[in-house]
Amino acid sequence: MAFPYGEKVLEHFRNPRNVGRIEDADGKATEGSAACGDMVAVYIKVNQDTQMLDDIKFESYGCASNIATGSIITEMAKGKTLAAAKQITWQEASDELGGLPALKAHCSVLAVEGLRAAIRNYEEKHGLVTDREPTTVEIITKRLRHVMNPLRGLDVVRTDLIKKIEFNDGVVRIVADLPPDHQFASVIRADIAEKIEPLWDVKEVTIDFEG
Amino acid sequence: MFGTTIYFDNSAASRLDERVLEAMTPYFFERYAVATSEFGYSMGIEAREGLEQARSSLAGRIGGFAEDFVFTSGSTESSNMALKGVALALGDKKGKHLITSRIEDFPVLNTAAALGRQGFAITFLDVDADGLVDPADVQKAIRGDTILVSIQHANQEIGTVQDIETIAGICREKEVLFHTDATHTFARVPLDVGEVPVDLATVACHTIHGPRGIGGLYVRPGTPLAKWMDGGYQEFNRRAGVEDIPSAVGFAAAAELVTVEENEALRGTRNRLLDRVLQEIPYTTLNGHRTRRTPQNANVTFHYVEGESITLQLDMRGFAVSTGSACFSKSLEASHVIMGIGGDHERAHGSVRFSLGRFNREEDVDGVVNAIGEVVRELRAISPLTPAEKEN
Repeated sequence: MAFPYGEKVLEHFRNPRNVGRIEDADGKATEGSAACGDMVAVYIKVNQDTQMLDDIKFESYGCASNIATGSIITEMAKGKTLAAAKQITWQEASDELGGLPALKAHCSVLAVEGLRAAIRNYEEKHGLVTDREPTTVEIITKRLRHVMNPLRGLDVVRTDLIKKIEFNDGVVRIVADLPPDHQFASVIRADIAEKIEPLWDVKEVTIDFEG
Repeated sequence: MFGTTIYFDNSAASRLDERVLEAMTPYFFERYAVATSEFGYSMGIEAREGLEQARSSLAGRIGGFAEDFVFTSGSTESSNMALKGVALALGDKKGKHLITSRIEDFPVLNTAAALGRQGFAITFLDVDADGLVDPADVQKAIRGDTILVSIQHANQEIGTVQDIETIAGICREKEVLFHTDATHTFARVPLDVGEVPVDLATVACHTIHGPRGIGGLYVRPGTPLAKWMDGGYQEFNRRAGVEDIPSAVGFAAAAELVTVEENEALRGTRNRLLDRVLQEIPYTTLNGHRTRRTPQNANVTFHYVEGESITLQLDMRGFAVSTGSACFSKSLEASHVIMGIGGDHERAHGSVRFSLGRFNREEDVDGVVNAIGEVVRELRAISPLTPAEKEN
């Protein structure tokens, strides 16, 4: 048989490790959205004394590379300190799996983002984030790199969908290069709002479609 | 291992029937000459007879005459020829407006879009939740400068069969040409151009156990159609290039092997598959019309799970199906058909098409239904979208 993935990817896809929910999680996060076709939820339990990941679980709505990456990254992170777990990259996860198709990078990177976001969630809840950086256009751009352009399967920044980003007095204005009545406009709008609104000093997000 | 895969992707491409190969073989090894004129040498005359017999049989299948049937390299070329040929012939004379639907297959959809970039105005009609074009919408969309309406006979993904009888009638009344892409209905759903005023019809045989790389375009006599690919004078000077006679013969043989009985049997098997899936697996949605549907097509969305994961899991269990999920496609775009019938991305991503063929057995249907039930249960168990009370 000629499967589109390597053996280790298929093995993790078939028997994913650390699957499920942790009801009393110390940190949790969801990356991606149903609209993009891939979504990962990551739940962590942290040992308060050692700052180590005692337990980690994930759920996936996604393709094989998404599921396999969720599986491998939870295996890699378990037992590591938060600081070390945060450093795990997509490349390391991909290498551990024996390689992932480049076309599927955007599906699998979500698991890595999910882990980092869950750790950030824990840190925010436990007052471990001391330096609250003021929002800048650069920070907004960085966050927009996690919003998928469903037309291309890559993020909205890389695919030049974002024409303009403005930030004044807590108000973010984003202009997307897409007609307002485009089939994906509402999905992209919701995704952008979800990523930008949580920034601590952002009061309002407006997204205009001018394509 | 491939020999044991149970194949439910017949609408993409299908296994050749041995009897088709048998019909084709002499045209590779004995009657391999080019089709000469009636005054040519004997081998060429024999080859030409094979070609013309095939043409006559295929044209007859849709109630047309042999001289109105042009061989092409497949559906894509046929639909390009129809749309671009009419656009070239009438663009400067009558007008630059074409009408089609949002859920056409890519040959029509993207040819229309390409004409749109060349200064033609294109109306893409919406369809209802079952995928049907409302003939009244066609009537309303026709303008003074409309030169062609192109509405598929049936949909490639969800199998919905359009009311082209009414639509073609409207076009005839308004004196606008009508093309239909009949790729997924040819030999499976009756079409008689003697009864229905279709001016152009795209047909092919890659889904009915014939060779790929061959197709046909029915052209009603008198239809203004410019030649868009230049070269020799083959195919009534409509389509240049040395004729692929073995494939043309195979095309006719494949069509002749499809019987009314086979189509009814397929419909029965398909209904059994749909009934079992929709009754036994929770949180499923039928895509396409329940009854106005090609006999070979079933398309269902399995909510809370993603299609590429389903297809890969099924592949590992020995079943081949396809999905409208973005992750499965080369373009990474979700199915425009599922989106077109008002579905959201989640519905497209979880959609699975089962397209049946001659070589599927009744027990294969039970096999795939059992397997997909298991796969969907497993994937739902790890999906964050599955509401807790809906697990298992």
